[in-house]
Amino acid sequence: MSDITKQSLTELVENIKNKKLSSTDVTKAFIQRSEKSSELNAYITDDFTSALDKAKKFDQKPNLDLKLPGIPMAVKDLFCTKNVKTTAGSKILNNFVPTYESTVTENIWNEGAILLGKLNCDEFAMGSSNETSHFGNVQNPIDKNLVPGGSSGGSASAVAGQLSPITIGTDTGGSIRQPASFTGIVGLKPTYGSCSRYGIVAFASSLDQAGPMAQNVKDCALLQEVISTYDPKDSTSINFKRNHYSKELTKNIKGKKIGIPKEYRVDGMPKEIEDLWQKGIQYVKDCGAETIDISLPHTSYALPTYYIVAPAEASSNLARYDGVKYGYRAKGENLIDMYEKTRSEGFGAEVQRRIMIGTYVLSSGYYDAYYLKAQKVRKLIKNDFDEAYKKVDAILTPSTPSSAFKIGEKTNDPVSMYLNDIFTVPVNLAGLPGISIPAGHDTKGYPLGLQIIGKAFDEQNILNIAFAMEEKISFKNKITDWWIK
Amino acid sequence: MNKKNKEYLINRKDNQYEVVIGLEVHAQVLSESKLFSSSSTKFGAEPNTQVSLVDAAFPGMLPVINEFCIKQAIKTGIGLNAKINKRSVFDRKNYFYADLPQGYQISQFKDPIVGEGKVILDMPYGQKEVGIERLHLEQDAGKSIHDLDPQNTFVDLNRSGVALMEIVSKPDLRSPDEVNAYIKKLRSIMRYLGTCDGNMQEGSLRADVNVSVRPKGSKEFGTRCEIKNVNSIKFMQMAIEYEANRQVDLIEEGKTIDQETRLFDTKKNETRSMRSKEDAHDYRYFPDPDLLPLEVSEKFIEKLKNDIPELPDDKKRRFIEEFKLSPYEANILVSDIDTAKFFEEVVAKMGKNKDIKLAVNWITGELFAVLNSKGLEISQSPVSAKNFAILINLIKNGTISGKIAKTVFELMIDGDKDPQKIVDEKGLKQQSDPKALEALIDKIINDNREKAIEYKQGKEKLFGFFVGQAMKISGGKANPQLINEILKKKL
Repeated sequence: MSDITKQSLTELVENIKNKKLSSTDVTKAFIQRSEKSSELNAYITDDFTSALDKAKKFDQKPNLDLKLPGIPMAVKDLFCTKNVKTTAGSKILNNFVPTYESTVTENIWNEGAILLGKLNCDEFAMGSSNETSHFGNVQNPIDKNLVPGGSSGGSASAVAGQLSPITIGTDTGGSIRQPASFTGIVGLKPTYGSCSRYGIVAFASSLDQAGPMAQNVKDCALLQEVISTYDPKDSTSINFKRNHYSKELTKNIKGKKIGIPKEYRVDGMPKEIEDLWQKGIQYVKDCGAETIDISLPHTSYALPTYYIVAPAEASSNLARYDGVKYGYRAKGENLIDMYEKTRSEGFGAEVQRRIMIGTYVLSSGYYDAYYLKAQKVRKLIKNDFDEAYKKVDAILTPSTPSSAFKIGEKTNDPVSMYLNDIFTVPVNLAGLPGISIPAGHDTKGYPLGLQIIGKAFDEQNILNIAFAMEEKISFKNKITDWWIK
Repeated sequence: MNKKNKEYLINRKDNQYEVVIGLEVHAQVLSESKLFSSSSTKFGAEPNTQVSLVDAAFPGMLPVINEFCIKQAIKTGIGLNAKINKRSVFDRKNYFYADLPQGYQISQFKDPIVGEGKVILDMPYGQKEVGIERLHLEQDAGKSIHDLDPQNTFVDLNRSGVALMEIVSKPDLRSPDEVNAYIKKLRSIMRYLGTCDGNMQEGSLRADVNVSVRPKGSKEFGTRCEIKNVNSIKFMQMAIEYEANRQVDLIEEGKTIDQETRLFDTKKNETRSMRSKEDAHDYRYFPDPDLLPLEVSEKFIEKLKNDIPELPDDKKRRFIEEFKLSPYEANILVSDIDTAKFFEEVVAKMGKNKDIKLAVNWITGELFAVLNSKGLEISQSPVSAKNFAILINLIKNGTISGKIAKTVFELMIDGDKDPQKIVDEKGLKQQSDPKALEALIDKIINDNREKAIEYKQGKEKLFGFFVGQAMKISGGKANPQLINEILKKKL
């Protein structure tokens, strides 16, 4: 089978279960394509040799009851993987090899999946274009010199470019949904507390959440089912009844009430985004659901709130990278000098910018005006959603205010870069689940995504809506393999 | 200073100054594992052998609250007659140091687990109440070791993440003696509760001491200085003496006191400026997003209340009532839980016809002396409470005299021997047969005719000589009371 890498996860699992394909066949195919795809720069570290060994071992004694039987996959380099270098896209962790495994990746391996390697991402997941990575920017398989979005840019590129059948990313302000939208794939940010944060390099603890990225909704549901577990090692993990998302997946969304928030019609939003949204509204109606105009009045405060809360937490979370215990260490005259040099040389500009912002908003005299106020606004934003969910079952919005942009286009304008997250950030602040599905193309032929936001712990519902819409949209990603010589 | 005098004042020319002291005591929670990880807290292990990935702040590692430490803090709060806060919050206190792996200490800032309370001190001039401001839980840092290498500093993370209770007093203390009494009282309460072993040599109990001075009679507080991390009561007292005098001297010279953090140099017996208010760290406290606010139910607290043993103040009251002890005696017995335990066991083993005063005298006298000379705690006493009780009973029922008892006690120490057996084997039983004693005395009077006559002529001092002779000849076994009676009759 020459087109193994074009198969969806569901197809691959079926073919392995029917013994039409072996894990070795599948693993080899993705390794070969990955090796030919170095121009995408999707990988930071590959683990191909050991992946093949694992695939062979799986085939010798295949356990076909597993949910991901012998399925190879690469993961974002923010997940700590035992004995495999984990960098978080940063120079400061360039030599860091964990002795432990994150809960989310552990769950994946326990279901039979095989690690292909670690995928590129913005440094410490801080970025919307994958250009802040110490290991260079990632190319979007859609077009040359196009950003794949961020921070899970390597992940999005790997799935869209068929280097990995599925993957996992992390989403603090849109880092799964925005790159999914930019590359024409499906990405889910689960409810805060659904997936354990144990073993994931922290960016902003109260917002970070791991989630699945896939070619279609069904694959996404299956992966979500695998990674979402209650974990006592994460005090913010929540013990709720988790669905068998893939089994319970249905296209029947008749009678569902979908909210359309007027505040998401932002100034200067391109007409094609507005048109896409209108198309989306029509699709949901075609599926038998009802749309209702709603208001989320504090939406415009979400982005500034996010850019106080996230950097504040990050400035503290990143204090541990000090050159003392592990990671990069610069030579210094004394302790303070060593700290300064290590952190100046080890962190990139965007990370340093956010550490500065975070340190500033937490400092005494400014705490009440910034951090405390941001926490209050965050509560108001959450209240907005609570209020809306009294009337609707889910909310439909565009995923991003634009399609993918050119590499270098926004690197000198951080604020315009931050604006990319305008539709995704409120979801993180409220701790809700959100899914981005590809819904069309802009005039340049670049993919555009729609976002469905759900009630807390109601992943099943938004997956169902996405599943139903997916059929109506029947999106085809235009991958030309331009990077393969 | 006169011990009976309540006021500790610093005198300069015509001026008298009062010293105002508040303490921040750091008490290590008695717990097998750390506040947010399962590593051991055992003292004295090889460096960096009790460090988990959480303690060393590896990427992606998360803290998980140790419920036992929460219980210990609440119990301590109950012991301090304090308000237990049903909702408390763990905050991050951010600063960089080599022995602080996370780059922040998890502590409680705005919402501590325990609120206001009080402890009662027994001072020679009466009881004194000291207010407790709060008690909060926090992680200890690791240890930087600067003296192993001229070029490098070594870091030991064994302590990193160990649970500490910071107990903050109100500025209610007025003298080094009160500080001494306060620390001892806190230590006593926590040892009764089993929430802190109070071992100052191992660093389980340390304090930051806040000192200010003000003219006697003034109601305003002076500018305070904080003396960091003092680890013995003696050093605390020395530091306060030095610091109070330093501040008074500044005032007398017309200078101002800078609010600052100071260190106590134990070798030079002086405090030194560490950093001024301007250089004070901005710790950027904020709620730790890795931990949800801690909520405890009324039921949870009630259950812990039921587990609280009799505490020193109550025990003291009971000892005075039940055993008719003086407050002074009761204080000595209750101040250390193991002493109280030993005493109560002795009382129980003495049976019906017991002499409690005698037992108290022997515990505070002979037993304490032996423990002192051997450097032992009462929990390691070479004489068990059971055998100690037998010894007291032997004295009480006249089997042996107090003097012989001391000999017996010496012999008991080696291997916790049964005093009855010692008395039997060595034939130390007191001679209380009046006829035998009369014969003995007759012989002594006969042998010392001249002295007997002198005595009768009024040289009463010689009575002692005859007693001495009787004891000497009987090998100390003669019943001294009977000897006295017979001598009086015969002379």
